[in-house]
Amino acid sequence: MGYVLDTDGFAKVIGNLLDDYRIFAPVRKKGAGRFTDVDCVIYDEIKDASEIELEAKSDYSSKEFLTPLSETILYFTEEEVKEADLDQKPVLIFGRSCDLHALKRIDQIYLANGPAEDSFYKRRRGLVKCVLIGCGHSYDNCFCVSMDSNKCGDDYVFSVDLIDGKIHADVPDEEFDRIFSAAGGAVQDVTPRFVTENDVKVEIPDAIPNSIITNELWNEYTTRCINCGRCNFVCPTCTCYTMQDVFYSDNGKVGERRRVGASCMVDRYTDVAGGGQYRKTNGERMRFKVLHKISDFKKRFGYQMCVGCGRCDDICPEYISFSNIINKVNDAVKKEVKS
Amino acid sequence: MSGMNPYLPFSSKILKVIRHTEKEYTFRMEFTGEVKPGQFFEVSIPKYGEAPISVSGIGNNFVDLTIRRVGRVTNEVFEHYEGDFLLLRGPYGNGFDTDLYGKGETVVIAGGTGVSPVRGVIQALSEMPNASDKHVIVGFRSPDDMLFRDDLKTWDEKLQLTLTVDGAPEGYEGNVGLVTKYIEGLPLKDPASAKAIVVGPPPMMKFTIIELKKKGFTDSNITVSYERKMCCGLGKCGHCRINDHYICLDGPVFNYEEAKDFVD
Repeated sequence: MGYVLDTDGFAKVIGNLLDDYRIFAPVRKKGAGRFTDVDCVIYDEIKDASEIELEAKSDYSSKEFLTPLSETILYFTEEEVKEADLDQKPVLIFGRSCDLHALKRIDQIYLANGPAEDSFYKRRRGLVKCVLIGCGHSYDNCFCVSMDSNKCGDDYVFSVDLIDGKIHADVPDEEFDRIFSAAGGAVQDVTPRFVTENDVKVEIPDAIPNSIITNELWNEYTTRCINCGRCNFVCPTCTCYTMQDVFYSDNGKVGERRRVGASCMVDRYTDVAGGGQYRKTNGERMRFKVLHKISDFKKRFGYQMCVGCGRCDDICPEYISFSNIINKVNDAVKKEVKS
Repeated sequence: MSGMNPYLPFSSKILKVIRHTEKEYTFRMEFTGEVKPGQFFEVSIPKYGEAPISVSGIGNNFVDLTIRRVGRVTNEVFEHYEGDFLLLRGPYGNGFDTDLYGKGETVVIAGGTGVSPVRGVIQALSEMPNASDKHVIVGFRSPDDMLFRDDLKTWDEKLQLTLTVDGAPEGYEGNVGLVTKYIEGLPLKDPASAKAIVVGPPPMMKFTIIELKKKGFTDSNITVSYERKMCCGLGKCGHCRINDHYICLDGPVFNYEEAKDFVD
């Protein structure tokens, strides 16, 4: 069923859902952006519908609940190792079409790369249901149409589109339909909005020859990129992490093991014992990241990793454009095929 | 639930500590599960973290882990001695199929701590009835850096061992030179069908393979094993990925026919 509600009606829906769910959604943080008076839109647990930012594209992606930047997984006491507890209350995550597509990539790595499932990811994933935020228009740097992630199936419990102050919701899930119907909105057919064209377009070659790895196009990023790793941390499909043990200062035998987000752009990512390091320059790291997103992941799993959300371009302090790099790779491949 | 948690380490008793050099010790750890040479364990010491360590020996109730004191985690391991416990996860990775190297001419070339993952393979070769066509070239940085000295003596008796060091003080009577120096002179009847295993630091592996190819070895008869930063051993953490391969899952042992296209 579809519903059209005013903001009070939507607030009622969210209020009711908060009894049974923790809700994570884009939230505008005033003045928290990287320039004076610029806001930052991050993911946070909300307590009221008015907190949800439905207009702007979030700077960070919806992966934050599923792959927290830092997560305690084990506790060490003197005699035993114990799994960390997790709040078992079900979770709703608001995300756009690209975010929902990205979830499939995260599932791929944590649940289906290798024989073992990641138990810490799985227990979070099992709590999650998705809410789709429709896209009434394309945003800066988006290229989801090229990446085929602009539309999504019905893998959401309800959708929300804010149109002229009204919430339009498609509610395929029966449990949620009861809540919407009780909130008193008008019943009408609703189709979530999807974009069909972006200003930014990319073309990815079908096959990327190994010779691209040594192509000079990467050299530019050795000087331009400052390997801050922000592109990785905002990327909805980046999943790398590092283990980190922390011990309490008042009892050095008791502590915890955490996993913390890792970036393939940042120093120490490839360090091995004794000082070996496999990718030293930022150009090499950029090549490693880009080819993963548009080639290596696909070779392994059969579909592209990058979903075209453009958040890496939005966040880059050096104004490096990922979509530009993809098109440069495409040009370089074409050139090589010709010659 | 805990049974399904692949990150939960088990406690393993240190049965014996064998000192090789000032920095390298073998820890004989209690272990009774299935394990192959070339596989690795995540050795964890609460307070410091985890480090991937390859299996350097296998017995009925133990695995040997040869550890070099080079990082934060491995430094702490050296504070643990016989009777103490370490936390382990694993084994991970594919490891070597020792059966593959029984027939025909075989050369194992290993440098430094790269001897650990192939030690089980060399032991298997040395126990074969006629090991006259089994060659082993082992290189260490200096005479003081030699590992598995007792093994080296046995191997020298049972198969064709070339032991060399990169450099040595004056008066040293053994071979001095990189492992690559000894490939050309290998007395092989048919290099094109001989098998080779190469494990060591990246530059050593690169130049060893160049020499092997010059000698007439084919790519598909060369096996390599890679050392990378494997934080999880489970294909999740991403650190060990090269192209579309996860070293911890698809390796660390690869046929060179496949591995020649790997670029870090």
